[in-house]
Amino acid sequence: MNGSPSLRNRINGIVRDIPRSGIRDFFDIVSTMKDVISLGIGEPDFDTPWHVRESTVFALERGATHYTSNYGYLELRRALSRYVAKKFGAQYNPENEVLVTVGVSEALDLALRALINPGDEVLYHEPCYVSYRATILFAHGAPMSVETKAESGFRLTREMLEVKATPRTKVLMLNFPNNPTGAVMSRSDLEDIAAFVRERDLIVVTDEIYGELTYDAPHTSIVSLPGLRDRTIFLHGFSKAWAMTGFRLGYACGPADLIEAMMKIHQYTMLCASSMGQKAAIEALARPDTDIGEMVDEYRRRRNFLATSFAEMGIECHRPLGAFYAFPSVAKFGLKSKDFAIKLLNEEKVAAVPGTAFGDCGEGFIRCAYATNMENLKEAMVRLKRFIGRL
Amino acid sequence: MDELLKILQANATESRENIAKMLGIPVAEVNRRIADYEKSGIIRGYQALLNEDELDLDTVTAVIEVKVTPQREGGFNTIAERISRFPEVRSAYLMSGTYDLLLFVDGRNLREVAAFVSERLSPLEGVLSTSTHFMLKTYKRLGVLMHQETPDERLSVAP
Repeated sequence: MNGSPSLRNRINGIVRDIPRSGIRDFFDIVSTMKDVISLGIGEPDFDTPWHVRESTVFALERGATHYTSNYGYLELRRALSRYVAKKFGAQYNPENEVLVTVGVSEALDLALRALINPGDEVLYHEPCYVSYRATILFAHGAPMSVETKAESGFRLTREMLEVKATPRTKVLMLNFPNNPTGAVMSRSDLEDIAAFVRERDLIVVTDEIYGELTYDAPHTSIVSLPGLRDRTIFLHGFSKAWAMTGFRLGYACGPADLIEAMMKIHQYTMLCASSMGQKAAIEALARPDTDIGEMVDEYRRRRNFLATSFAEMGIECHRPLGAFYAFPSVAKFGLKSKDFAIKLLNEEKVAAVPGTAFGDCGEGFIRCAYATNMENLKEAMVRLKRFIGRL
Repeated sequence: MDELLKILQANATESRENIAKMLGIPVAEVNRRIADYEKSGIIRGYQALLNEDELDLDTVTAVIEVKVTPQREGGFNTIAERISRFPEVRSAYLMSGTYDLLLFVDGRNLREVAAFVSERLSPLEGVLSTSTHFMLKTYKRLGVLMHQETPDERLSVAP
C-alpha cells in the first residue's frame, strides 16, 4: 500500500486496525472480469416497485427537497408505527419512538453509539453481516462473537450465549433472517433468548431487515415477546423487501429514551434522512403485501431450486429459510473458502463470496445469493457442477 | 393460482426438471399436473411472445369496439362466439360500459381491416355499430415490456 507512514500513524487506532471488508477485496477481483455470473450480490435483482419510483418523481416535482424533522416526516413515522405493529407485533409512538435513518447501517451505528460506554461488551452471532464487528469497535465496545453452527441451522441458543456472557455484557445484537446463512429463529428459539436477556438485564439490538423474506413460516420478531419491547431497539428498512437499496432508507423503533439518545447523534451527524427517500417510503408502505408477495414467491422458487441443485451435486447445505442467501459447505473439497471462491471465479466465472468475509467461523462455506434471475441461477449451477467435478 | 401455472406463464419453455426443483416436487408430479391442465383445457396452448414492431411485418392491428344486441337464448355468447370464429379476430372480450365487445383484429393493411368491418362484421345480425381504432405502437404485451430492459446496474459483489 502506498502512502506516508507519518500520516497513517495519525489515524485513529481503532480505524487503522480494522481491516477493510473482505467482501470489498473480493469485489475488486470480480470487477476486473467480464461475463461473470454473480451470486455475490446482497441486494434484490428486482427493481423498486414502479408506483414507488413514480411517486418519488412526483414528490420531487412538488418540491419535497428540504430538510425534514430530525426524526423524519411524521406522516412516515405514523405509517411505520402502523406497519411495525401489524407485521412485527409491537406498538411504538410515532411522536418519539420511531427514528428514520439513512439505512439500517446508520441506525445500527446510532444504536451502538447511544448505548456503549468504552469497554462494554456486545454479544453478536457469527457468521454475520460484514459491518457488525466494525460498528461495535467504532462505538468503543468490545465485540464478543458467538459462533452459530450449520448443524443447528445457524440458529442462536441460550447455551451459546451463556458461554460468552460476562457481567460487562450490555447488548445482544440479533439478525434473523440472517445474512449470510439464511437462518431464521422460531418463536420458541426466541423465547429462550428472551428469557436470557431478561435475566441478564441486557439491551437487544435486532436487525430485521429481511423480516418479510421468509419462505416456510412467517417471521417472528423478538419485540413481540413479553417484556422485550421495552428493552429492544428494533431496526428495519426498505432495502431488501422493497428493493430500495439506493434510497438508503431505514428506521429504528424503541423506547422513547433510547430513540431520543439515538436522535441526538443523528441530529448532529446526519440531520435527517433524505426527504425524497422518505416520500418513497410513505408510498412503499401504502401497499406492502402486493409488492412483497410476488417477490417472496419468486425467491422461494429460487431457494427451492438451489437447495435441490446442491443436494443433487452432493453439496451439503442447511435449508435456507429466509433472506435470499444459501450458505453451502464446501469444506469437503479440501480448499479454503477463499481459494474455492477464487478458483470458481477464475475457472467458471461464477462469483460466490467466501464465508470468511462474514467471520472466521465462515471458513468452509460460501455465500450464494439468489437475488439473481432464474436463468443465471440455472447456468451458475451447471458451471458449479462442472467445477466440483474437476476438484 | 397454482404456482406451476405461474412458472409456465412466465416461461412456457422452462424444463420440467427445473420446474420440479423450483417447486420442490418430483418431475413425474410436474408432468402429471401439466398433462391434467392440458387435458382439462386450462392450458390452451403455448405461444412465443413476439415483438412484432421489430419484424417490419407491414401489417396493421385494429381495436374494434362493437355494440351488439344480446339474443334471447344465448345472451352475448352466441354473437360473440360467431365473431370470434373469424380468423382475423385475434382476441375478443365482453366488456362493461358504453360498448359490448372489444376485438383485436389483424389485417395486411388498412383497407383489408376496413373490408372486414364493412363486409363481415357490421352486416352480422345483432351488430348495432362499430368503432375502429388502429394500433400505432406496442409498449407492453402480456406483462412484458417491448423495449430493451436496462442493464443490471448493481455492483457485482455487495454485502
